[in-house]
Amino acid sequence: MKRDGALTSVSTAPVVSLPSATITARNTPWLARTEVQRIVYPAMLAVVLLAIWQAAVTVFKVPAYLVPSPLNTAQTLVTDAPLLFSAAAVTLKITLLAFAAAVVLGTLIAFAFVQSRLVETALFPYAVLLQVTPIVAIAPLLIIWIKNPTASLVVCATIVALFPVISNTTLGLRSVNPGLLSYFKLNRATRWQTLLRLRIPSALPYFFGGLRISSGLALIGAVVAEFVAGTGGTGTGLAYQILQSGYQLNIPRMFAALFLISALGVGLFAAMAALSSWALKGWHESEASDE
Amino acid sequence: MSTKDEAAAIEVLSVEKTYPNGTQALLPVDLTVNAGEFVTLLGPSGCGKSTLLKMMAGLLEPTDGRLLLWRKPVAQLDSTGRKLAFVFQEATLMPWARVSANVRLPLDLAGVPRAEADARVAEALALVGLEKFGNSLPRELSGGMQMRVSIARALVVQPDVLLMDEPFGALDEITRNKLDSDLLELWARKKLTVVFVTHSIYEAVFLSSRVVVMAARPGRVVDEIQIEEPLPRGPLFRVSTTFSRYARTLQDSLQRASGEAVV
Repeated sequence: MKRDGALTSVSTAPVVSLPSATITARNTPWLARTEVQRIVYPAMLAVVLLAIWQAAVTVFKVPAYLVPSPLNTAQTLVTDAPLLFSAAAVTLKITLLAFAAAVVLGTLIAFAFVQSRLVETALFPYAVLLQVTPIVAIAPLLIIWIKNPTASLVVCATIVALFPVISNTTLGLRSVNPGLLSYFKLNRATRWQTLLRLRIPSALPYFFGGLRISSGLALIGAVVAEFVAGTGGTGTGLAYQILQSGYQLNIPRMFAALFLISALGVGLFAAMAALSSWALKGWHESEASDE
Repeated sequence: MSTKDEAAAIEVLSVEKTYPNGTQALLPVDLTVNAGEFVTLLGPSGCGKSTLLKMMAGLLEPTDGRLLLWRKPVAQLDSTGRKLAFVFQEATLMPWARVSANVRLPLDLAGVPRAEADARVAEALALVGLEKFGNSLPRELSGGMQMRVSIARALVVQPDVLLMDEPFGALDEITRNKLDSDLLELWARKKLTVVFVTHSIYEAVFLSSRVVVMAARPGRVVDEIQIEEPLPRGPLFRVSTTFSRYARTLQDSLQRASGEAVV
């Protein structure tokens, strides 16, 4: 067997033809593309449902203080824009602060859990306790204890958003390929090297899964906390606007505020999905583009 | 056993393994692997061949007995100035890292300067014929190519001993034969000492200078057979009568052992 070197005559044709997805995208009609369908189909459904809603309200002459029409809601969204959008900014600020705190705290706690079984055994029941205790029950206490209204709301929302980050990141940090872990051990990798080069990258898919859940929960936590704080809170968040609109029977504004809360939630979810896709694209099955 | 042999690279001295639940994975084994030998541990599932290999690498602790690498306990390998590399059953590559980063991993862990590491990675990739794939991600490669990356990662540390745990077991026969041939050439060229685990009689005959036959329940060594066929061993060797004779000898040995097994 004559060859210039060992292991050199390899059939090195790459098995996965990565450009195939691009080629398909270029040749298929615009509406047949998955990414377009993902937006167009729900949008079409929304248009149909809104049309039915508008028609039902008009035909049955439902008063706006019971169910406002979509057009009425949209109108309110425009006319009350300064009020509603500044309220949305407040809710968003609390949500983002709580989300950031949950991510930092949750990740640090997960690191501690993975480094020591003792720490995990001692602390995990309390993490579960935080998760299962309804925030509505704790919020009044926190609002009394913490003088700064924003801080108290952020703490409430953080408590709600924390658990998925802890549990997903811990699971991810532990879900390391055993072969790779043995390989690191064999090469006498330090604990720090194993964490940085193996555990953290392995945990990323789980971590991003946690972020998607946690971002939504941070918003829910912020809104619930605002509800509990009521007039005693900052008084400018979207939940407060919903409460106020309820008292004043300004149902279109309530709907508009509700719409903004949903939009914030969808926006956060989409941002997390995009972040996950950007970080995992190419190597993780969940974000693979060529299948 | 020739434990006093100056060229002994690995000495297994009455090494046994019993798991905490009382299962005897391996009865006491004595084995010497000389420098430059290609020794194959052949046996059915559960015969303790992988356990023995992992103990040689220091990945598992023996329940009793001693394991020496160049006369030193496995844990003191660094003091001998020798290098050991292990190739797992699966390629065990980091899916998020490009091929070159995967191959560079052991050098990064050892703190080898980047420029030197990159040069060695290029050399190792060339040895396995993947010099053009340094920038690929593992998932873009076939199973055989991933295994080549794994071998390159082992070669990059310039090992004296290469321990391989059924590395080609998951590959199709054509790819496996190809990689077997390439490995054999590499072994001869780099003057490596290889301990190779397999359950394929044909792979064992083709590759080895010596085959250690093992049996299961409980795991034990039952036979040692020298394969005298000189190198290079080409595809013709696989269809030769010598090959068949060796295969038959190993087959008989395995069958005798399984007949004695406590089932």
